[in-house]
Amino acid sequence: MNPNLLLAIPLLPMAAAVIAGLAGWLIGRSASALIAIAGVAASCVLSCLVLKQLLDGVPVYNHEVYTWLVSDGVHMEVGFLIDRLTALMMVVVTFVSLCVHVYTVGYMHDDEGYTRFFAYIALFTFSMLMLVMANNFMQLFFGWEAVGVVSYLLIGFWYKRPSAIFANMKAFLVNRVGDFGFLLGIAGILYGTGSLDYQHAFADAPMLVGRTLQLSSTHSVPLLTLICICLFIGAMGKSAQVPLHVWLPDSMEGPTPISALIHAATMVTAGIFMVARMSPLFEYSDTALSFVLVIGATTALFMGFLGVINNDIKRVIAYSTLSQLGYMTVALGVSAYSVAIFHLMTHAFFKALLFLAAGAVIIAMHHEQDMRKMGGLRKRMPVTYWTMLIGALALIGTPFFSGFYSKDALIEAVGASHRAGAGYAYFCVVVGVYFTALYTFRMFFMTFHGEERLDHHAQEHFHDVAWNMKGPLVALAIPSALIGLFTIEPVLFGGYFGNAIRVLGRNDVVAELGRDFGGVGSFAAHSFLQLPLYLALAGVLTAYYFVLKRPDLATRLQERLSWLYRILVNKYYFDWFNENVLAVVARGLGKALWHGADQGVIDGVAVNGSANTVGWMSGIMRQLQSGYLYSYAFWMVLGLVFMLGWFLVRI
Amino acid sequence: MITLGQMLTLSSILFALSVAGIFVNRKNVLLLLMCIELLLLSANFNFVAFSRYLGQLDGQVFVFFILTVAAAESAIGLAILVVLFRERRSINVEELNKLSG
Repeated sequence: MNPNLLLAIPLLPMAAAVIAGLAGWLIGRSASALIAIAGVAASCVLSCLVLKQLLDGVPVYNHEVYTWLVSDGVHMEVGFLIDRLTALMMVVVTFVSLCVHVYTVGYMHDDEGYTRFFAYIALFTFSMLMLVMANNFMQLFFGWEAVGVVSYLLIGFWYKRPSAIFANMKAFLVNRVGDFGFLLGIAGILYGTGSLDYQHAFADAPMLVGRTLQLSSTHSVPLLTLICICLFIGAMGKSAQVPLHVWLPDSMEGPTPISALIHAATMVTAGIFMVARMSPLFEYSDTALSFVLVIGATTALFMGFLGVINNDIKRVIAYSTLSQLGYMTVALGVSAYSVAIFHLMTHAFFKALLFLAAGAVIIAMHHEQDMRKMGGLRKRMPVTYWTMLIGALALIGTPFFSGFYSKDALIEAVGASHRAGAGYAYFCVVVGVYFTALYTFRMFFMTFHGEERLDHHAQEHFHDVAWNMKGPLVALAIPSALIGLFTIEPVLFGGYFGNAIRVLGRNDVVAELGRDFGGVGSFAAHSFLQLPLYLALAGVLTAYYFVLKRPDLATRLQERLSWLYRILVNKYYFDWFNENVLAVVARGLGKALWHGADQGVIDGVAVNGSANTVGWMSGIMRQLQSGYLYSYAFWMVLGLVFMLGWFLVRI
Repeated sequence: MITLGQMLTLSSILFALSVAGIFVNRKNVLLLLMCIELLLLSANFNFVAFSRYLGQLDGQVFVFFILTVAAAESAIGLAILVVLFRERRSINVEELNKLSG
């Protein structure tokens, strides 16, 4: 593969970001948009080219392109590892990014920060590509932080809203917690293998098994498990797993295209991608994988509940994203990395689609996000209706849609696994299917069916969106519906990933599934004998009954189960705990350190203390300098006598 | 016959007197200059004493040089004194502490 071509893939969006960001005021709105779209489109085409080359049998590319610094034998460099896993991610990222770019032209049309927005999302594409294309931990970390920064900037895009500033600060702080773990994990890799290079670290992974890290004279922990858990804590921050998930629902303060691109399709899946990429490490630590499994299962089920009670259209989809990320994490936990990536890919398409469709509704409703004020929009916006229906059907796992293949394969993989915690995870993911269908179709029915509940303002300003917003919806609806059908066989069972994902024989649940796999049709037929499909159906019917047939029932249920409702509305009190316990303790600790350690010891003793000592000493010494000739003469003679005396004594 | 020891003793006494004069005198700058002269003379006395003791004239030649330099030095010193007096209307040592900056 040509390294210049590979360099062009991330650098074209980067160049577009710089031009749109710095010269946007000069070249104007439409030119900025055009440059950003052109940059990402070129990068998308090149990514497809790379994928095609790899499918044609071009060997994996793994070289450094630039050495930043070498310190004590540790190389910090920019390098690309382009295998099929990377190429898949590159295509997904650039394709979704391209759709979102085009969609943005319509969505942000009236916004003052139009060029700034394009600069940010092009910069995001660059960062994400650097993350997935990395061949070493240093560059991975760079991309990891860069997408975090862009996410921060974009959540706070409308920086005059206090809620947006609160949300972006929250996202940044929660991600710091995760990134700290991630950094410790990378440090562990460096400690264990002496290298930051993937290939080197992965080759050394089997040798790390059995090594321990001495914490104190009596305690020690297995090194590889520690590394993997630390790395996964990073993934928990970025991919919003319990208990570091709190930032993702709040990130909906950002513009909807961002919610689709960053907080659904790409950035939040960076954690999933990272764990899959690190599969040669995670495979050797059953403890770490069980941890991953339990965290993922908890996220998958409990975040799904929250989607059921929310009335903000974007937040419902955000909780759905949390839940789906939990599903992917569960797949990682049972060593079904390829299934996780497969679900990541299908999810990227249908979740971006759902978000963009929700954005279209929001724009049509003139920035109204409350579903209680929608209803009956089916006639008014047919394209959005049908594309969102495809997205919703894909999400709940209707046979033949893309989400069905990935989710069903995922559930079966969990069922086939014998890892500790797999039973709990299986329960969570199966029950989760019912709730996924329930909240998805509750949202769908509330928005598009039933009677119109539009208020006067929305009624007056209602206008269906233009084709520059419908186009991306259609472009995403096609893969949302079909991509699972065409890719499940090669991706999961055809050895698509090759050496990119390493699974030990005893853990290989995907291979187990592969033995029973008899083509996409029979896979779908098989599902009719399984529980999840009927659970999904039940979820849809429940939603239909509660939203359209008997809306009063929901209210009565809410009153009857008010204690449960309160827990759900307060999101299991995670925010309460963070704000009233963690934040208070941290601030108290900070205050104590500020007053005691900083002002008392450092300022009082070390800084001002030493200055005062010098001042006091010189106050004494200055007495010697009287200005009187005779005293100077006296000291001179005294000195002379002393020196002569010393001289004589020496002799 | 005066011995070398006696002469050196006298020279030491002169030196000590002049040094004491520099420290102890708090009144008059003129006295300071005199004391410096006396300091140089005590050194000259040493030269002469050793010259006699060793029977060489070199030391006495040096005395002439030193006397010349001392005369030039006291001329400069007096000139400074005159300027100082003009400036401050006083040659009281107690008041001359401008060296402390």
